[in-house]
Amino acid sequence: MEFNLGLSFVVGAVVGVSAALLGIFIVLYRLSLAGDALSHVALPGIGIAVLVGISPTIGAIVFLFAGVISIIMIERYTTLPIDAIVGVFFTTSLAIGALLAPSSEELLESLFGEITGISAINAILGIFFGLVVIALTLYKYKDFTRLTLSTDFAQSEGQSVESSEFALLLLLTVMIAIGIKIVGILLLGALIIIPPAAAKNIGRSLRTVTILAVSIGFIAVIVGMVLANFLDLQPGPMIVLTNTAFFILSLIIRRS
Amino acid sequence: MFLEVKDLSVKINGDYVIEDVSFDIEKGDIVAIIGPNGAGKTTLLHAIMGLIPYEGNIHWHSVAKIGYVPQRFKFDHTYPLTVEELFLLKTGQRSFWFSSNAQINDIKKALSHTGVEELSGKRVGELSMGQLQRVFIAYSLFGKPDLLLFDEPTAGIDIGSEMSIYGLLREINHELGITIVLVSHDLSIVYQYANNVICINRKMACFGMPSQVLTPEQLKELYGPHIGFYEHDHGDEEDKS
Repeated sequence: MEFNLGLSFVVGAVVGVSAALLGIFIVLYRLSLAGDALSHVALPGIGIAVLVGISPTIGAIVFLFAGVISIIMIERYTTLPIDAIVGVFFTTSLAIGALLAPSSEELLESLFGEITGISAINAILGIFFGLVVIALTLYKYKDFTRLTLSTDFAQSEGQSVESSEFALLLLLTVMIAIGIKIVGILLLGALIIIPPAAAKNIGRSLRTVTILAVSIGFIAVIVGMVLANFLDLQPGPMIVLTNTAFFILSLIIRRS
Repeated sequence: MFLEVKDLSVKINGDYVIEDVSFDIEKGDIVAIIGPNGAGKTTLLHAIMGLIPYEGNIHWHSVAKIGYVPQRFKFDHTYPLTVEELFLLKTGQRSFWFSSNAQINDIKKALSHTGVEELSGKRVGELSMGQLQRVFIAYSLFGKPDLLLFDEPTAGIDIGSEMSIYGLLREINHELGITIVLVSHDLSIVYQYANNVICINRKMACFGMPSQVLTPEQLKELYGPHIGFYEHDHGDEEDKS
């Protein structure tokens, strides 16, 4: 039990940090809604996986990946903004998910997370992929900055806007897939959006915003889990509410 | 010779946006590209930079580093990026986070070339159009280019700043010996600052010294009959000199 609790803190911290770091560019690219909505595209995958009897995480990843590829393809063929296309996929996925949803415990877990009861193998996968997201986001940091500042600017610097956009959405997919295990689909958006949004309220430079977002992402997970443990409440919602507290704090600091 | 462009054509979505354009540029030239809206001026710059596929020949006689100052581009003015950070995007992977004093000095030096040294700590979104344009000119100088491409360098800024930006371009050309190609729609600027002019309207319309090739007939052909005002203006100036 002790070991499990320790492990879930490590997983939570890695996921919190990676979500916040990647989230900076999701927020700056005005993909916040897309990030949140995209996480629901995983639902039918989870439903099917539960029906067939395979790991819901695998089902979610397959559906998310297929979803992202389809969204990018449709963006190429239409003039619709990307969040509108994600919206179409989001509502469709929810409808399919609702039809498929067996009232199973596993599906509930996918929606609300199971961080304190996480299995060792899922914890290690979560930590590994979380670190991969952190490393790749730092590696692509300058590309993502140019992309999210202005696609025209990125292009004039000889950067491929399409491949940077693809990389960003792909990392978001991986992030969502691991996040599902930790705080659940419904609350994952908060981990990606709230820390960068709070950081942007206070920070003037991109470096400050990055450091603030990552710190908030990290602290909120730890504080949220400690509070949940003491008060005997669900950790997922507690993590989100701690993030919200930071967001409110950022609004107060901004005013003064 | 510095750059030789021969029979350059560019197709976008199946249609030719530029067709059979040829000209050459000498080292140290200030060359203006003029033409009506949609004539393919920006596309021509993009082709020179190698950003888009083209037919024909673009031949560089020596290895050239190109700096590019784009036409106004849209960006979110609340974006948290300082001028210094913008410049650091051009440096190595680590230096964005751990910049050396030498790099910060280089940035200050580039900014001082365009007289905006004091802006390095400002956010990009807080700058006025004129300041932004100067920052981007400094940014293009930061890569130590041999050739600077300016796409309508003064679009959207007031006339006073406009004149000083062109003065600045001439200074950069004289003092740093950088070849300059600029897109402009202001013919008085072309007369005043450029030693060669390329007129295009999808196809090549003229190429040569402004005073020789920008005849009233040529301008009428390029812009249509409504060009009267400009033509008259410069016709007079030409007569006096």
